[in-house]
Amino acid sequence: MEAVGRVVGRGVPLDRSDVDTDQIIPSVWLKRIERTGYAPGLFSAWRADPAFVLNDARYAGATILVTGPNFGCGSSREHAVWALEEHGFRAVVAASFADIFRSNALKSGLVPVTAPATTVRALIRALERDPSIEIVVDVEARRLTVPAAGVDVPFALEDHARMRLLEGLDDVDLAMRHADAIAAYEGTRPNWLPSIRPR
Amino acid sequence: MNSVALTLSQKVWERHVVRRAEGEPDLLYVDLHLVHEVTSPQAFDGLRLAGRRVRRPELTLATMDHNVPTTDLDRPTADPVSARQMEALARNCEEFGVPLFPIGSPEQGIVHVIGPQLGLTQPGMLVVCGDSHTSTHGAFGALAFGIGTSEVEHVLATQTLPVASPRTMAITVTGTPPADVSAKDLILGIIARLGVSAGVGRVVEYRGEAIRALSMEGRMTVCNMSIELGARAGTIAPDDTTFAYLEGRPRAPKGAAWERALEAWRGLVTDDGAAFDHDATVDASGLMPYVTWGTNPGQAVPIDGRVPEPEAFAEERDREAARRALAYQELRPGTAIRDIPVDAVFIGSCTNARLEDLRVAASVVRGRRVRPGIRALVVPGSARVKAEAEREGLDRVFSAAGFEWRDPGCSMCLGMNPDVLAPGQRCASTSNRNFEGRQGPGGRTHLVSPAVAAATAVLGHFGTPKDLD
Repeated sequence: MEAVGRVVGRGVPLDRSDVDTDQIIPSVWLKRIERTGYAPGLFSAWRADPAFVLNDARYAGATILVTGPNFGCGSSREHAVWALEEHGFRAVVAASFADIFRSNALKSGLVPVTAPATTVRALIRALERDPSIEIVVDVEARRLTVPAAGVDVPFALEDHARMRLLEGLDDVDLAMRHADAIAAYEGTRPNWLPSIRPR
Repeated sequence: MNSVALTLSQKVWERHVVRRAEGEPDLLYVDLHLVHEVTSPQAFDGLRLAGRRVRRPELTLATMDHNVPTTDLDRPTADPVSARQMEALARNCEEFGVPLFPIGSPEQGIVHVIGPQLGLTQPGMLVVCGDSHTSTHGAFGALAFGIGTSEVEHVLATQTLPVASPRTMAITVTGTPPADVSAKDLILGIIARLGVSAGVGRVVEYRGEAIRALSMEGRMTVCNMSIELGARAGTIAPDDTTFAYLEGRPRAPKGAAWERALEAWRGLVTDDGAAFDHDATVDASGLMPYVTWGTNPGQAVPIDGRVPEPEAFAEERDREAARRALAYQELRPGTAIRDIPVDAVFIGSCTNARLEDLRVAASVVRGRRVRPGIRALVVPGSARVKAEAEREGLDRVFSAAGFEWRDPGCSMCLGMNPDVLAPGQRCASTSNRNFEGRQGPGGRTHLVSPAVAAATAVLGHFGTPKDLD
């Protein structure tokens, strides 16, 4: 994962609540076995509508998605995060995120910014009026700042998640450092627990 | 263990902590890691790239379910992209020593059906899978949740996962549900009342007499849809129903080990005095069979109800969601649910494709016929479910009624195989998600119980078995 300290860019307002991962990346795209190639699948059903916000040239090149609550609900598919990143998004601002989506985003370096619902609504309205507004997501300071929209709020990000984003750390490497603790734990597991050796 | 009163999920959590450090998520040990073809190829690639092995292949079980065709299994898979993904899983399992139940294996099936039926899912275990419906396994008093592909790689490499501690939520279901209210109706009713984000950040424990009265199959249906409530996981404390289901299953403990396990399992209950962060109560006696009208699982009404008027919702968020949903579903507010005709009926998925579900549906269609023009599919949850159903003659009941009797897989729940709706088609489905395009681009899904799905197939519009008399 690449380190990410600050995301500065323009935003796309997607004014919908409970956006599920089936919409972010429909299941037909999940047959790929590669880690890349998902950008064309991003919101592909919704993008068939010329009026859909991602088809609006005024928002081309924007790097921050600003959207409704419970974003990323449904399927656990990390492909949703990969598709957003491949399209160019570096952060998503919403009033809340589905748990698995948020966890996937943090693993991949897409910054999930949880902001108050009123702030997000105001920001969506501001972006609809003026697509050129600059948004700053400061991971280090855990602050969302949009001067043109009068937004300057802290956002919640666990210490550990913040450190991982800032340093671009790999979780597997971190866990591997605790191989002794893992082995010690394994010695304490009850012996009735199942294993799937061929019998 | 100290004397602090703990909830069930906290007890299971505490027993899996490998490492705890201030300011970091707990590193938890995974007892069972289920793997399927869709969310694993990039994880295995990651291992290869880093030169890592699978730490505990014998605690890992792979199967093919999402892509598998449900007809003509003796022929090569027609879709080359699906075939390539399944071949990749077979190669990866071979290379890394992971046990695999491929297409055609007598143990193949939907990943959340095969774990429990083999007795692999046991109380107190920590179970993960790159699939959000892993919550199903919580029905056994396990802590079970879905993970992303990066986390799949993490578990493959270390058999552990760093997880931020969730909040706890009790959902107590009181009273006795009416006879025609199934476990599916119970969970649809809960989601309709609490909303699709009520469980975000939380592990739900389902409690109360209506939950205790459920079979293991019913409990799995309830826990399965915890994710549709937004919950990280759903759990039900194990009891004699759980133990009776497990005893004698192929991978359940035997002899003295069974006795030791049983003693430990009996302690897996929420302590008196343990506090949940959140709680909700639902009275089961007031529930009815439910049908979803919209494009998220919370948009549901009792079958006697009508398609709601969007403006009637209190919150703008819900009004807007309802307007969008009705436009997509091509439904008019005020339409009686029973007046909505369907084009297709799907009985299957990790929610409702176990033997008990098929028995219920078969009992409804026995001696009756699917209404002409309706495509009706029964897709058993596993090869074992299929074989057992055939031993009972259920396949003949379904076929005689005009249902297609298929081979096991996820099938039309998410349409990654050829089983999809045509654009504009409307389906009564026993699956778990009615998202836009879920069963095929432009398809319209209405979530129902197996009994309602079966009755709807006969009627041609939504209805219950009572409507057939």
